[in-house]
Amino acid sequence: MKQVTDFIIEEREQRGAQYFTLTLRHPSQMQKIVPGQFVEVRVDGCREVMLRRPISVHDVDEERGTLKLLIQIVGRGTRRLAQLGVGERLNLVYPLGNGFDLGVSEGSRVLLVGGGAGSAPLYHLAKELSHRGVRPTILIGGRNAGLIPVRDEFEQFGDLCIATDDGSLGHRGLVTEHPCFAASYDRIYTCGPTPMMKAVAQSALQRGIECYVSLENMMACGVGACLCCVVDTDEGHLCVCKEGPVFNAEKLKKLWNL
Amino acid sequence: MLEVKIHNLVLNNPVMTASGTFGYGLEFADFIDLSRLGGIVVKGTTGERRQGNPYPRMVETPSGMLNSVGLQNVGVGRFCSEVYPKIKDLKTNVIVNVSGSSIDEYCDVASQIDALDNIPAIELNISCPNVKCGGMGFGTSPDMAAQVVGAVRKVYHKTLIVKLSPNVTSIAEIAKAVEGAGADSVSLINTLLGMAIDIERRRPFMANVTGGLSGPAVKPVAVRMVWQVAHAVKIPVVGLGGICTAEDAIEFMMAGATAIEVGTANFIDPAVTVKIIDGMEQWCKKHGVNDINEIIGII
Ligand SMILES: Cc1cc2nc3c(=O)[nH]c(=O)nc-3n(C[C@H](O)[C@H](O)[C@H](O)COP(=O)(O)OP(=O)(O)OC[C@H]3O[C@@H](n4cnc5c(N)ncnc54)[C@H](O)[C@@H]3O)c2cc1C
Ligand SMILES: Cc1cc2nc3c(=O)[nH]c(=O)nc-3n(C[C@H](O)[C@H](O)[C@H](O)COP(=O)(O)O)c2cc1C
Ligand code: FES
Repeated sequence: MKQVTDFIIEEREQRGAQYFTLTLRHPSQMQKIVPGQFVEVRVDGCREVMLRRPISVHDVDEERGTLKLLIQIVGRGTRRLAQLGVGERLNLVYPLGNGFDLGVSEGSRVLLVGGGAGSAPLYHLAKELSHRGVRPTILIGGRNAGLIPVRDEFEQFGDLCIATDDGSLGHRGLVTEHPCFAASYDRIYTCGPTPMMKAVAQSALQRGIECYVSLENMMACGVGACLCCVVDTDEGHLCVCKEGPVFNAEKLKKLWNL
Repeated sequence: MLEVKIHNLVLNNPVMTASGTFGYGLEFADFIDLSRLGGIVVKGTTGERRQGNPYPRMVETPSGMLNSVGLQNVGVGRFCSEVYPKIKDLKTNVIVNVSGSSIDEYCDVASQIDALDNIPAIELNISCPNVKCGGMGFGTSPDMAAQVVGAVRKVYHKTLIVKLSPNVTSIAEIAKAVEGAGADSVSLINTLLGMAIDIERRRPFMANVTGGLSGPAVKPVAVRMVWQVAHAVKIPVVGLGGICTAEDAIEFMMAGATAIEVGTANFIDPAVTVKIIDGMEQWCKKHGVNDINEIIGII
């Protein structure tokens, strides 16, 4: 069930210049959250920001009743969120959207491809997959080493590969040029900048690999009520907040010329 | 204490939700008890299914937002067969916002909704700024407005609320015209036509270039228009535009509104409507107001 809740900031960690994480504790019983779902954060104390900001759930600790967000500072709202400290409250509407399809059998060959803030939900996904007996390959891309907000933490759940445009970490080049991308997989999940997801989906569908992408869009309500966040899928205009944010790439064939 | 009447429609309290901001109500069922609402006005419904406008469809602006959703909806046929069964037993007044591009389309939709037992009223949207033909076109000329309302009045027999556009020189004149054509009530305001430019990319934020402004930014304009219309017509006025708190709602009622609708504020707090209802009750108690009707139009 969706809720509006004041969470308490338990921990804050800076990750390079552009990223930070917030660990948030629920005041009582946290709702179940599946990988790929998101929250809508109310940004208080910022004159310019009225609407909530959608942010993916990065990690969940059900026992402790905490969730973690990984946020990239890009504008007015995220800049204000970056100023928040431990002990302060953060009002969330959660859990929102449909998460990643987890219907993979034990031992399946699975690839996760992330870029920038898009690695956020893939961490929760990798953790959940590993609980289900799947050890995924995790391929993370970025412009340079400083812009890869999550890396070593992934190693407990799968095999980590990195690609940077300038070669400052891992393979030099795009994620789709990394040797591990060409290996064969049963399924690919991707979240990151649109051109990256498009290239990943293109290759996946060409190779007959099932592919799930997590889309972003400007949002107002976050619950499928305002129709502001639509994307033009093969099934017509669907809301990223309610019908997504995760879509099977099969539905994006027309939009992305797949 | 909070009960009000709009023509034959009895509302437990004056608080309804604004069309296009509350889906079909069910989207908010996790957050609030929908039966507490005075009413729910559902998304604009047209004769045929519509895909709406291209995107991006929204951008946040100071104390408000612009949208250009453009009446994306399943069409009246599927509304009746698929949506209505899911919402007909909600214990509140479910009102359908009716739109069209021609008088025939408005009449067709209105008469199909007339046949639905549990829909006690329609809100005729002659004020949508986001569709090319019709929509706001009907709401900006007194003659056109009277024509479409008169035609719908012939085929629709329950409470007929007409939603007015603020994008006019004299909203009172339009209100008088629709009253004369048989409207039972008017609601106002729909969104104010606006525009915003992304100066870095050197292009408008929205694919549709212009859009409708809503949220707290429009509230003083809306209060002024409600006041003007309330003095110009005898039928009850439903006020909306930027309402976020019980105090905002009371302000609209003093200006002349019998009931109010909450729109954009639902995006900021999905439980805001019940907070407004509770707050209005507290306000009445605190100020010794035994019946909310006492304050309607005191300005
Ligand atoms: C389902 C979903 C999950 C997301 N998960 C994360 C996450 O885990 N971590 C993270 O850092 N970010 C995430 N985002 C993106 C995040 O919502 C935006 O970066 C944020 O809203 C920007 O707010 P702002 O006020 O700082 O920016 P603004 O000042 O409003 O805008 C600055 C820039 O950001 C762009 N932008 C604004 N809103 C969005 C948006 N909703 N989506 C994409 N770009 C936007 C604008 O076009 C503009 O160029 C997610 C978005 C969606 C839709
Ligand atoms: C995203 C969005 C969609 C809307 N869709 C409709 C609609 O379909 N029909 C209509 O009559 N008004 C529509 N409106 C206008 C609102 O019902 C309301 O008149 C306006 O937003 C002002 O109220 P507010 O400031 O409380 O939001 C829409 C508004 C928004 C923000
Ligand atoms: S943000 Fe309102 S429908 Fe998706």
